[in-house]
Amino acid sequence: MVIASAPSSPSFSKTFFDSLYELADGERFKSCLQCATCSGICPFGYLMDFPPGRMISYLRADLFDEILDTDTVWMCVSCYACTEVCPAKIPVTPGLMTRAKEEMLLAGNLPSELQDALEYSQRYGNPLGESPRKRADWAKDLSPEIPIMRKAGRRVDILWFVGDYPSYHPRVQQTSIALHKILNALEVDFGILGPEENSDGDTQRLAGERGLFEVLAEKNGKCFSRYDFGQIITTDPHAYNAIKNEYPQLGIEYPIQHYSEFLYERIDDLKPLLKGNGQVKVTYHDPCYLGRVNKIYDQPRALLRAIPGLELVEMPHNHSTSLASGAEILAVACPYEPPRFEDATKVVDGAEGLIVKDIIELLADAI
Amino acid sequence: MTHILVTAKMVPDLVEELEIDDSGTALDMTWLRLIINEFDDHSIEQAILLKEKHGGDVTVIAPDFEGIDDVLFTAAAKGADRLIKLTRDFEEGVNNHALARAYVETIKLQNPDLILTGVQANNDLDGSIGPYLAELLGMSYVGYISGVSLEGDKVVVQKEYPGGLIGEMEVALPAVLGIQASEEPPRYVAVSKVRQVMKTATIEEQEIPDLDPRGGLDVNSMYLPEAAEKAEMLEGDEEEIAAKLVEILKDSGIL
Repeated sequence: MVIASAPSSPSFSKTFFDSLYELADGERFKSCLQCATCSGICPFGYLMDFPPGRMISYLRADLFDEILDTDTVWMCVSCYACTEVCPAKIPVTPGLMTRAKEEMLLAGNLPSELQDALEYSQRYGNPLGESPRKRADWAKDLSPEIPIMRKAGRRVDILWFVGDYPSYHPRVQQTSIALHKILNALEVDFGILGPEENSDGDTQRLAGERGLFEVLAEKNGKCFSRYDFGQIITTDPHAYNAIKNEYPQLGIEYPIQHYSEFLYERIDDLKPLLKGNGQVKVTYHDPCYLGRVNKIYDQPRALLRAIPGLELVEMPHNHSTSLASGAEILAVACPYEPPRFEDATKVVDGAEGLIVKDIIELLADAI
Repeated sequence: MTHILVTAKMVPDLVEELEIDDSGTALDMTWLRLIINEFDDHSIEQAILLKEKHGGDVTVIAPDFEGIDDVLFTAAAKGADRLIKLTRDFEEGVNNHALARAYVETIKLQNPDLILTGVQANNDLDGSIGPYLAELLGMSYVGYISGVSLEGDKVVVQKEYPGGLIGEMEVALPAVLGIQASEEPPRYVAVSKVRQVMKTATIEEQEIPDLDPRGGLDVNSMYLPEAAEKAEMLEGDEEEIAAKLVEILKDSGIL
């Protein structure tokens, strides 16, 4: 029998576990029942060497180093499914998973694609490696022209925080163009930051790059402070989450709404503009950071039901357990989704005919 | 203990469109975004890998262009021990003949055993820096290196040749190497780590009085690549397109 000598300094598991206690609700990690509901609901749990429940048991057994030798934490997409279902209300995603990614990152142990995205975010203010000068190029040919705050030199009611994918991704630019159409139809006074806008930093933060998140947030905060506007809106649930819940911790406080909240408040003005495009069955996928994290479930559905001829059918999993029924169209409300689900329809049997559209695109099509 | 010295410079970042200035002989620097020369980044990584394996220390030396402080602090966060910045007004640009001469006095004071340079850079109009440094310092030079190991008073290097051939050779120290690729890709350092290093590390500044560009090139004119003749798109259904394609191939003598 081999008896290990007592470690002279606290083990890595111990210091890591202690660091979790310092987080909001961190002491709840002690109350894990090992029920494994988290591991069961995790969309990637079946691929992980250490799904969340097992991570907690290894952490308690002082064996956390073993987890960091695997690629488990990089399979976590921070979707909050585990955190939502945990009966002990343990902050698995914001605590364990994010902190574990921070440790991996500090050790320089990260996938090369993520390294590129983080380096691009530092250098160009977007993870796609695109020119920051071209951030507003998607809007170049739109009529009426979108005011860019620096050039406009005036107050606007609404500052539209466009975000990375809606600015640069060719598919997602279509959702930006759709929102432009709706805002103009509603005669909203709005402007964008253009090349001055930086990535909101939320996904970088969730990937364990807290320092980079702070740099990006500070850049955006400085930019917000230069201009006069009533409130911010965005199509991106991550930008929404960052500016609503994370920026205030850095002293950057501005009112923000997701477009689904903003348009829902104006649904009486919107309804008369919607003509519809015939009878169509639509189902809706709740974005992680709109639904589970920020509890916005009803407004997106109300907007869909406002479209004449549109029948909303729910998937077996919806609301807080949303996962991507009979529908012809899959409606989404997050810029990551259209390209992702369109790719999925190409490889999933029976999904060939499914159309993927952001709610804003469906609204704009109906005008 | 091995003293390793790495040269690093900023080069135009091709993420932005390049523009030619009014003189028509150089890039317009007004809107130019600069980035660490990718091959220099690999040189820094290779130096750190050698230090981690064999001990020794690493000095990074760089001319003062916009953004160089961040590059130097990042190198320190990766494990570089000394950071030296060559200062003067480089606005007019600097060719590699002048840059090599500017490096030499500072490098001699460091007395390095091994100098790593990026094998090339996208703005090397007058050849790469490594051979000039080797000539001025009286050292050997081997370029296109993708692997280095220290063995006493020599290094064993893997040199890449065209056609996928790799040559392995011994080089007596001191020597200058032109790094094509480090053995591991350049590592990521968390922003928090770089910010910490910024508080503790210092960048030593060495004033460069004059630049001596002799031996370099005089640029007569610089211009963007010109669009050549457009491709002809064949119209019609598959049969028609195939028939037209066969016709074209016959006319051009290929069929």
